Amino acid sequence: MPERVIEIEGLRKSYGDFEAIGGIDVHVDRGEVFALLGPNGAGKTTATEILEGYRQRSAGAVSVLGHDPAKGEHALKQRIGIVLQSTGVDPFLTVRETVEMYGGYYPTPRPTDEVIDVVGLTEKRDERVRRLSGGQQRRLDVAIALSGDPELLFLDEPTTGFDPSARRNAWEMVKNLVALGKTVWLTTHFMDEAQYLADRVAVIAKGVIVAEGPPTSLAGRDQMQTTIRFRPDAGAPPPPELGQAPAGDGVLRLSTGEPTRVVHELTGWALQHGIDLEVFEVSRPSLEDVYLELTGAEEGTA
Amino acid sequence: MIREVARQFRFTNKAFWRNPASAFFTFIFPLLFLVIFTSLLGNDDTPLYPGGPTIKLSTYYVFSMAAFGLISACYTNIAISVVFAREGGILKRLRGTPLPARSYLTARVLHATFVGFLLVAITVVFGRVVYQAHLPGTTDALLFILTLFLGAGCFAAIGLAVSGIVPNEDAGPPIVNAIILPLLFLSGIFIATNDAPTWVNWVGRIFPVKHLVDAMRASYLGAPFHWSDILVIAIWLLGAVIVAARTFRWEPAR
Repeated sequence: MPERVIEIEGLRKSYGDFEAIGGIDVHVDRGEVFALLGPNGAGKTTATEILEGYRQRSAGAVSVLGHDPAKGEHALKQRIGIVLQSTGVDPFLTVRETVEMYGGYYPTPRPTDEVIDVVGLTEKRDERVRRLSGGQQRRLDVAIALSGDPELLFLDEPTTGFDPSARRNAWEMVKNLVALGKTVWLTTHFMDEAQYLADRVAVIAKGVIVAEGPPTSLAGRDQMQTTIRFRPDAGAPPPPELGQAPAGDGVLRLSTGEPTRVVHELTGWALQHGIDLEVFEVSRPSLEDVYLELTGAEEGTA
Repeated sequence: MIREVARQFRFTNKAFWRNPASAFFTFIFPLLFLVIFTSLLGNDDTPLYPGGPTIKLSTYYVFSMAAFGLISACYTNIAISVVFAREGGILKRLRGTPLPARSYLTARVLHATFVGFLLVAITVVFGRVVYQAHLPGTTDALLFILTLFLGAGCFAAIGLAVSGIVPNEDAGPPIVNAIILPLLFLSGIFIATNDAPTWVNWVGRIFPVKHLVDAMRASYLGAPFHWSDILVIAIWLLGAVIVAARTFRWEPAR
């Protein structure tokens, strides 16, 4: 039985009449990377800040490392690291001084230079914080969160505003954290981020969790039909599996639960008749397809 | 706790001196005003208190400006820098670490006090060297230091209380100055209020600024020391702490 690091039951949070979180149940085990995926305004940050101790819940039970975060206990703060969505540091201290300062608040800090290396700021070590780029400041945020050697790390949209290469770097950094044995609670509105980093994903929309599971099988994604697309040469006889006529662009689509057999038959048929299958494509529904369906198209653009 | 505070003080101090614009103006203003007022009003002899020994006018201004420096360092700096730290998310981040709030705030207030004391020392030395602001009587060092500590604590607490009512970063300097500048004028910091209308004298009596200058001058120059000055400052300190505890916020306004 894996150790439960985070346990949430029936969590609700209302602001007046507005219910930001409408009763969610989630748990995270030690060593897991858990991603809360959802569009802006879905309740990701509210849920995260309740776990971090910044917000009081309206109802439900929450346990983080065995503590109730609402109590703001010293003993809990010593064991977690927090990367807030937007946050600042003193602009006049250097990277090293900043990490050293924050590390000193914890009973067993990690060596400062080691933390700086993990987030890839080695060359900027002696630079004042105000001279760092946005991406570098975000990495410093992670370094600060790591400085106390926490067991559990909260990353609230850690790569929002990053360019693609900065995001890749950040992902590698999170992978490094997993190698260090950390448990990670991640929020993101990027599908690929959740897919790449998370062991388990929960999709949140309008304050409720609409799907939960490993990214590969989220919402029965692994059970869904595979789509095969191709364009047969003009005038070729229709393939045996298909009753339907090609679309306007001459591309045939077929859905199947048995892609291996169908592809085999299809290519066999094509070879037999000397037909070239142009734009031949076999695709599974992407996490993005699932996500857009779950969160509603009008919000899914986030 | 002491180690935590000392450590936090060190980092606060480091960051303070690396913001040259802020440090420069904190230190230059009291001296600048001292030069301006002595140039405008001359450096004649003036009674220390009605019927008391005479002092040079510059001596009067040395303590006005020393008090002004202490107030700038404690009240103005704390209020503006706390708003800056809050709106920039620095306070929120700190709140998520095991550093106790009291250690952080204590370090901040102690650092402001330290800067304030430096300013008082610089102003006194400057006045002595440049204007031969002479110092009759004997200094009651203990009373003087007590006054400085209490004054620093009082104005730092007011700064923390005011930071809570400042809605955002841009509103910081205007609100903070709008509160203190009229008070400095009405308390005789820049122009003596001996012949001022009654209501002005009442303002001086109610608010802590005039009591601070009077107590500083009296203890340093050996004039009769009024414990009522200390009492008023102490009451303001207490009141400001109570208000600050209610208004202080850790998170930026959204």
